[in-house]
Amino acid sequence: MGTVAVQGLCKSFGKVQALDGVTLDVPDGSFFVVLGPSGAGKTTTLRAIAGLEKLDAGSVHLDGRDATGDTPAARDLAMVFQSYALYPRHTVYENIASPLRARRCSSSEIAAAVEQMSSLLHIERLLQRRPAQLSGGEMQRVALARALVRRPRAFLMDEPLTNLDLKLRVEMRTELTRIHRSLGATFVYVTNDQVEALSMADQVAVLKEGKVQQVGTPTEVYERPANQWVAGFVGSPPISLLACHAEGDRLVGAEGWTLPRPRWTTAEDGRALLLGLRAEDLSVEQRGSASLSGELYGLEPLGDRTVVDVRVGTQILKVKARPTVTGTPGERLLVTVDLDRAHLFDAGTGLSLSEAGR
Amino acid sequence: MAVSVDEAVSTGPARDHTPPARRLGGRGRSVLEVALLTVLAVVMLFPVLWMIETSIKENRDVYAIPAKFFDFKVTLDHYKDVFVAPDGGRSALSVSFLNSVVVAGASTVLATVLGVPAAWAYSRFAVKAKKDQLFFILSTRFMPPVVVVVPIFLMYRQVGLIDNKLGLILIYTAFNVPFTIWMMKGFVDEVPAEYEDAAMLDGYTRLQAFRRFTLPLLVPGIAATAVFALIFSWNEFVFATFLTSSDSVRTAPPAIAGLIGGTTTDWGLVAAASVVFALPVLVFAYLVRKHLIAGVTLGAVRR
Repeated sequence: MGTVAVQGLCKSFGKVQALDGVTLDVPDGSFFVVLGPSGAGKTTTLRAIAGLEKLDAGSVHLDGRDATGDTPAARDLAMVFQSYALYPRHTVYENIASPLRARRCSSSEIAAAVEQMSSLLHIERLLQRRPAQLSGGEMQRVALARALVRRPRAFLMDEPLTNLDLKLRVEMRTELTRIHRSLGATFVYVTNDQVEALSMADQVAVLKEGKVQQVGTPTEVYERPANQWVAGFVGSPPISLLACHAEGDRLVGAEGWTLPRPRWTTAEDGRALLLGLRAEDLSVEQRGSASLSGELYGLEPLGDRTVVDVRVGTQILKVKARPTVTGTPGERLLVTVDLDRAHLFDAGTGLSLSEAGR
Repeated sequence: MAVSVDEAVSTGPARDHTPPARRLGGRGRSVLEVALLTVLAVVMLFPVLWMIETSIKENRDVYAIPAKFFDFKVTLDHYKDVFVAPDGGRSALSVSFLNSVVVAGASTVLATVLGVPAAWAYSRFAVKAKKDQLFFILSTRFMPPVVVVVPIFLMYRQVGLIDNKLGLILIYTAFNVPFTIWMMKGFVDEVPAEYEDAAMLDGYTRLQAFRRFTLPLLVPGIAATAVFALIFSWNEFVFATFLTSSDSVRTAPPAIAGLIGGTTTDWGLVAAASVVFALPVLVFAYLVRKHLIAGVTLGAVRR
């Protein structure tokens, strides 16, 4: 068992409201990612679950039992810190053994568990070193081993891959997913990296300024963002947002362009809207009925693809294109829009209007 | 040490990033610099040299006019007199040295035992009006001790702490605790709180986490702080003079001062006693010189 449920978490640091009514439900055995920009309250949420933060309001339930007032030790959780927080005076062996020592395990049990963990994470040869003698990747593995050496209710991970270089980060992403699958344990994983969130998570909670914006599977969050902010935060290159309003069977842009009104939208005429277009739903190569006219603003070759920046009026559209695409800035071109995959948001509230009609 | 309250209470340690100023006149020291330093050294060191010379001169050489700088007979009689009374027993001076050791040692231990946990609490916990409290603690050191010596004397007379070693220990502790809190808070701030967080998740209580993981990292800071407290208690003169009278309680500073006056003053004995008195502090300062400059350096947290 290992369910984590937090209800209405509120926490302020002086004048800063870090958490403003955060409610999350983490099912047993899931890889649950809390995603958000820095300062969104992700780490505070995790520390609240761990019992390291005194809450202004709200409750934490572990396995259905109210654990709001429990000490961190009593909660039976393990945590990987962003800074790793390895004890500097202790050897790697002692760092990994620490959770077992605290729980008064026998030294033979400890030796067996540490050995198993170190072989799982390939750190056997580091056991007698001290943290200062380790590289960043090695420290990360030791921190992970210290958490995994026990079988707690749930594992809490606070941006554990942020301090690694890109290659190692990609490797560890795969490895963490593998470990999660083999343990079948509950992971609550905090990150500001949407790639990590989308690639590893069963469920993603998107956090902004201490408020949950959306909870869903990675596909749901990407394909059906609940609001304009989530749409803009998740996805790379970021979604292009164009101001417009509906007029009969057409969408009329603030810049004067028109597009056929998507069948699924129920927005009344004249309401201020934002049309959200993801780069892969736009094309500069195909011809279609729905298209916008603009001029080439710039090319960003990324190897496997090229992002074409197209200026429509005063706004820049990001269009995903084949790496072979060429052009000179200033050149006129037509951008074909896949309106079935477009998103509409209320310009005032930012909420998605796409859900109703689909 | 930090000077302003805001600076000292701020979460992060303020580090000086300015590059060291380039020395006047390029690489070498200028003639002016050397001249000034020489004058300073002579002014500073001559009394020390004179004290050491006097302590090993025979009495008639001490009073010789013109003064003898090099051409005198060396004797260690004065040092013997410091420790041994004329009748062969223990001298009053040696008792006062022992008193100094007891008083300074006990008050330093007390101040450390009280101050280190307090510093930890001020560093780690959200204490109400933390800045005001810390400022209040510091403010107890603002006034010169001599200002409060009379009220303290009257209070001590009421509770029977006059001419009592415990009285001196308590007053020195009271002076050292604020200093210990302030200095140790800086050291605790330098140790990431995450070690304790991690330890608590490992299954330790908060106090165990402090004792097992933070305290060992504070040892250099504690050593440095304790030495400063020790030096204060060791050198303290005003309270020792006012609050003690009998030879069996008196600490070394007033005891040495008491040698001066009367019909004749045995300057050789005064000098020898002063040398003996100065040595422990010099030795301690030398032993902890690295800690006095360097803070705690740690390597396992990536910031």
